[in-house]
Amino acid sequence: MTAGWIDRALSEHEQQQAAGRNGAPQPLPGTVREELVLERIDRVRRARPRVREDRITMSHGAGGKASQSLIEAIFLDAFRNPLLEPLEDAATLDVGGARVALTTDSYVVSPLFFPGGNIGDLAVNGTVNDLAMAGAVPLYLSAGFILEEGFEVEQLVAITASMRDAARVAGVQIVTGDTKVVEKGKADGCYISTAGVGLVAPDVNIGVATARPGDAILVSGPIGDHGVTIMLARGELDIEADLASDTAPLNGLVAALLAGAPGVRALRDATRGGVATILNEIARAADAGVVVSEDAIPVRDVVRGAAELLGIDPMYVACEGRMVVVVDGAQADAALAALRAHPAGAQAALIGHVVAEPAGIVQLKTAFGGTRIVDLLVGDPLPRIC
Amino acid sequence: MRFVDEFRDSEKARALAAKIAGLCEPGRQYKLMEVCGGHTHTIYKHGLEDYLPEQITLVHGPGCPVCVIPMGRVDDAMALAAGPDVIMTSFGDMMRVPGSNGSFFDAKARGTDIRMVYSPLDSLKVARQNPDKRVVFMAIGFETTAPSTAMTMLRAAAEGLTNFSIFCNHVTIVPAIKAILDSPDLRLDGFIGPGHVSTVIGCRPYEFIAADYGKPVVVAGFEPLDILQSIYMLMLQLSQGRSVVENQYSRVVPWDGNVVALRAIGQTMELRPYFEWRGLGFISHSALKVSADFAAFDAELLFDVPGVRVADPKACQCGEVLKGVLKPWECKVFGTACTPETPIGTCMVSPEGACAAYYNYGRLTRTRVSEASRT
Repeated sequence: MTAGWIDRALSEHEQQQAAGRNGAPQPLPGTVREELVLERIDRVRRARPRVREDRITMSHGAGGKASQSLIEAIFLDAFRNPLLEPLEDAATLDVGGARVALTTDSYVVSPLFFPGGNIGDLAVNGTVNDLAMAGAVPLYLSAGFILEEGFEVEQLVAITASMRDAARVAGVQIVTGDTKVVEKGKADGCYISTAGVGLVAPDVNIGVATARPGDAILVSGPIGDHGVTIMLARGELDIEADLASDTAPLNGLVAALLAGAPGVRALRDATRGGVATILNEIARAADAGVVVSEDAIPVRDVVRGAAELLGIDPMYVACEGRMVVVVDGAQADAALAALRAHPAGAQAALIGHVVAEPAGIVQLKTAFGGTRIVDLLVGDPLPRIC
Repeated sequence: MRFVDEFRDSEKARALAAKIAGLCEPGRQYKLMEVCGGHTHTIYKHGLEDYLPEQITLVHGPGCPVCVIPMGRVDDAMALAAGPDVIMTSFGDMMRVPGSNGSFFDAKARGTDIRMVYSPLDSLKVARQNPDKRVVFMAIGFETTAPSTAMTMLRAAAEGLTNFSIFCNHVTIVPAIKAILDSPDLRLDGFIGPGHVSTVIGCRPYEFIAADYGKPVVVAGFEPLDILQSIYMLMLQLSQGRSVVENQYSRVVPWDGNVVALRAIGQTMELRPYFEWRGLGFISHSALKVSADFAAFDAELLFDVPGVRVADPKACQCGEVLKGVLKPWECKVFGTACTPETPIGTCMVSPEGACAAYYNYGRLTRTRVSEASRT
C-alpha cells in the first residue's frame, strides 16, 4: 500500500503522459532528450498548483513552494477577484478617486525578543514595508493581539513601546486594534496581526508583472541578517555571532528611489523565503528569465559563515529591512545612486538582470564560475522567523 | 571568507579545467562516480560541471544517508513514534522522506511527537527534560554520523538514562561500493572517494577497488576546487594507466582514519548480517545495529517494530539512479509526478540526493547556459 497522494500523483502522471502521446506538439528533430524532459517539467510547473497533503504542515508556512500552493489553490481559489489576483504585497484600490493601498500581515516570531528588535518592531515595519512595496505612502495601521494566558505584562509593555517607536520612525499611526486572550498552551506568548493603509501617488505604477528583459535587479543591502539572527537567538545551535536583525521601515528609501529613478518597475521586500523567492516571483510574474551573479550579492561574512555551518543558503534567508528592486536597465545607475544616498540603502548593489529566456527560471552565476538554477525553497529550514 | 573563498577561486578552477581537458584521450568517454551525496550537492550548487569537457560524465553514487533508507524502515520508525509516551527525534533531512503513509512531517501534523535535532546529543537533552516519556533517536547515516550516535549511547549509559534509545539505521559505505562494482549494468572509470566517511574509516578500506577492480580512487574534500582537483588526479592516473588510492583531502582525512571514533563504534554497535538498501536491495554486512552490551538502548528490542517490507512505487527508479545507471532526468517520473515538494523516491528528498540536486540546481542544459551567458 502506498500513500494516497503517491497513487494520485502517479495516476495523474499517466493520464498526462497518455494525453501527451495523442496530439501534443511533436518535438523538433534534433532536440536533445534532456531538453524535452526539461520542457515537460516546465509545463508541469506552470500547471495550477494544488495542495496534496491532508493536513497543514510547517512547510505551508515557510514561504516556499508549499506556501505558494496553499495561497493559490486555497485562498486565491476561494476569494478570487482582480484586485487579489496579482498577489502583490498590498492591494491597490480605487476609493473615491484616491488610490489606496491595503495590506495585512501576522507575526508569530520565536523568540519574541532578539538582537536588533522584537515582535513589535517587526509587526509595524513589516506592514509599513508591504505598503511601501506597492509604491504607497504608508499612513495608518491596525494592531490585533492574541495573548496567551500567563504572558508577562512587562513584556507586553516592552513590545507596545517598540511598536510606538517604530510607528514614529516610519511616520504612521496605529489607529485601531483588537485583543484576544487564549488559554495557556493554546498560543506561544504573543501573536500580533497588523493591517495598514497608504496612498499611492497617481503617477506610480509598480508590479512584478511589468518587469521585462533588459531590466536591472538591485538589492538594497546585505541579505539574510534577520533570519540568521533569529536562528542564533533560539540558542539551539550553540553558535554566537555579533549580528542583529535588519528590521527597519523602507518607506523613506522607497520615496528616495522613486524620486531618483522614474523607471522603477517592481519592489518586493525579501522576507520569508529570502531574495531567491522574490527573484522567482519576478521570473514567474513577468514570464521572463532572471540571471544574477553570486559575487555581486552582498552578504555579511558572519551571515555567510553561519549559513555555511548550518548548510543553508543566504539567498533563502529572511530579511526584514531589505528590498529587491526591478528597474529599467537604462536607469540602473540612477536607481543605485538614489539607494546608496539614503542611509537604509548605503550598501545597495546591482545583482543581475531580467532576460528573455529561459522564461520562469532564475539562474545564478556562481562565484566559482559555474551556472545553476535558484528555485523556490522546498521544506522548512527556519520556521517562525517573523 | 577565510578557508572557504580560497577553495572557490574561479581562476584556479579555469587552470585545473584546462589541465583536465588536456588529459582526455580523443574519442574516449570517462565515467567517474562521486560516491558521496555531499559531493553531488557541491557539484550542482557551484555549477562545477560547466568546467568539465563533454567527454567526462559524473555519475552520482549511493552516498546519501537519507536516500538509501527503504520505505519499510520509515514505516517502522513511524510505528515506533506513534507508540504511547514516545518522542521521536530525527535529523531535519529525514523529516520529508515518504513512507507508505506520508512523511515524518505528515505524522507530526497528525499529532505524533517528532522533533528535529541538530545532534544526537540534543536527544539526550529531550530525554532529561521528559523523564516520563520514552525518547527514541532515529539514527541514520554512514560512518560519518555513526560515531556521534555511539558517543550519545556512551553518554546515556554513563548518565544512567533509562528513557532513551536508538532506532539504528547506520550503514557502511564499502559494501555499497562493492555492490556497485559488481553490478553488471555499469562501467565506471574511477571513484571520487567520500571525504567525510574517510575522516573516520581512513583510506585503506578502498584499496581493494584499486587493486582488485583496477579503478583509481581519490578521496576528496567538499569545496568545488577539492572536487575539481580530485577529477584531475583521477584523470592523471587514468592517463598513466595507474590505479591507486590517493588522498586529496589530506588536510582533514588521516590515512588510517580516526581510531577513537572507530573504537566508539566498535564498543556500541555491531554489523548486521544483512540490511535492505533502497533501490540496491539486501546487501550483506552493510549496516550496523546496537550491540548486545548496549541492548538497553536498542529501540528494536524495546519496542514492537513491525518490520514489514514495503515495495517501492513501481514507477520509482531510485535504484537505477543510486547505482548511476540512470541520470536523474532519465527517470520516468522525474520532475512530473516526483518533485522536491512531493517526492516519491528518496533521491528527490535530501539536498544530497542526486534527483533533488539536479532538480533544484541543475535543470539547465549546456544550450540554456550559453544562451543566458550571451545576454
